[in-house]
Amino acid sequence: MSHAESLQRSDVIELNPMFLFRWEEAQNAYVLLYPEGLVKLNTSAGEILSAVAETAAVGDLLDRLTKTYNNEDIAEDVLAFLEASHERGWIRVKR
Amino acid sequence: MSAAGSESSVDHRDAGEVKVDGRGLPLWLLLELTYKCPLKCSWCNNPLDFDRYQDELTTAEWAGVLRQGRRLGSLQLGFSGGEPVLRRDLEELVGEANQLGYYTNLITSGMGLNPTRLAALQRAGLKQIQLSLQACDAELNNRLVGVDAYAQKIAAARAIKAQGFPMVLNIPVSRYNIDQTPELLALAEELGVEYVEFANLQYYNWALLNRSDLLPTREQIARAEAAVAEARARLGRRMTIYFVITDYYDTRPKACMKGWGNIHLTIGPDGAALPCQEARVIKGLEFPNVREHDLGWIWHESPVFKKFRGEEWMREPCRSCDERGHDYGGCRCQAFLLTGDAANTDPVCSRSPHHHIVEEAVMAAMVERPQQRLIMRQRGLNLA
Ligand SMILES: C[S@@+](CC[C@H](N)C(=O)[O-])C[C@H]1O[C@@H](n2cnc3c(N)ncnc32)[C@H](O)[C@@H]1O
Ligand code: SF4
Ligand code: SF4
Repeated sequence: MSHAESLQRSDVIELNPMFLFRWEEAQNAYVLLYPEGLVKLNTSAGEILSAVAETAAVGDLLDRLTKTYNNEDIAEDVLAFLEASHERGWIRVKR
Repeated sequence: MSAAGSESSVDHRDAGEVKVDGRGLPLWLLLELTYKCPLKCSWCNNPLDFDRYQDELTTAEWAGVLRQGRRLGSLQLGFSGGEPVLRRDLEELVGEANQLGYYTNLITSGMGLNPTRLAALQRAGLKQIQLSLQACDAELNNRLVGVDAYAQKIAAARAIKAQGFPMVLNIPVSRYNIDQTPELLALAEELGVEYVEFANLQYYNWALLNRSDLLPTREQIARAEAAVAEARARLGRRMTIYFVITDYYDTRPKACMKGWGNIHLTIGPDGAALPCQEARVIKGLEFPNVREHDLGWIWHESPVFKKFRGEEWMREPCRSCDERGHDYGGCRCQAFLLTGDAANTDPVCSRSPHHHIVEEAVMAAMVERPQQRLIMRQRGLNLA
């Protein structure tokens, strides 16, 4: 088994088209639906994946979120979450 | 999305995920559109008297169930049966479900699934297809399902992939096909499926009738597990392999349905609301019908759905057991079928005073080893 591959700033990412990501009123949260399962996301995870749905490159996404929250320090956490999402197949690299 | 092996919520594994259940919503909704089916699987989990359920819900009635389900908070939706493709309104119902916001899964034998219907299902918004396959050669596959089905199943698998659907290959595992595990994995790889589910049989209805002929040996299971481990190491993330061992070889029961009336709701072809697909095996329960009751009342208020919800109903040894929060005392249907009382501890549990029943069934299956006695699914079976 391979280790988690690290994402590059230039990588163009997208939500896995097999997955359905959306706001679910009854859960008051973003949910991710996929074959054989579903996940309810906490607030920050939901916001990051929303940003993925709207932004293409990893670098742009990091810039956008650090600007929105006016906090450079979150970049590292966001990248770690993206890599974990990639590892699990929630997002993929379009190249 | 059979009961076994489907994870309903991925929880507390990592940052970002929050437990989904715990709010008592029927997150998983399974519609058994019909019990009709061209195949005759000797392990079929449909009722033995499946042919008595001819009065199927209409398209409009199913659409009503879909709307009420979303209002209740259902998210994952399975179209199953019987063979759901036999319903000509399948595309219409998928379209309705998709618009309502469900993640739509089709659970099919592949019979009748051609490129035209697949294209229509995709236009309707179908997200995923689970196809059952019984063996990797035509002779065994056809013998197991009682019909010449292999060529059609393989054609369906290729058409599903050609259409771009994510696909689960479901293999109901018995002693007849378990030794083909390596070849089945190779076939799955060649077909390009994303998920393979080796579903060891659950012994209800037809499978229970044929239990002593179907149950694999421990040695067979160990060899199959080794083949699965090898394939997992080789394929990594390309293919996810679920391998669910039959609970007869376990000393703890499965967390059946993650609890009765907790996250799962099945609607039968006649509109009966069931806490699980098998629940009709429990005698003496009156299942509420969507033709007479609102789904919200059925889920939250009906006596049947409350009967084994939570822990109040439990007896010893479950009542004071520190594991009851994990397995909910196991499966109510299995408790009923094997001990005669649905409120008993699932006899798969080694703490159950009835555990010897499961051990004896395993022994009987291993000692007798009768050949070719399988009772195929058929109409009007006389059980007297
Ligand atoms: C009852 S079938 C209905 C859908 C369709 N006719 C088919 O076979 O795929 C639903 C799923 O349950 C599986 N299945 C049937 N009987 C079973 C049993 N006794 N234990 C475990 N899985 C079973 C089938 O392989 C299939 O994937
Ligand atoms: S398990 Fe076999 S007999 Fe039962 S519904 Fe599915 S294909 Fe038909
Ligand atoms: S005694 Fe009941 S709760 Fe305890 S492990 Fe066995 S089935 Fe589960």
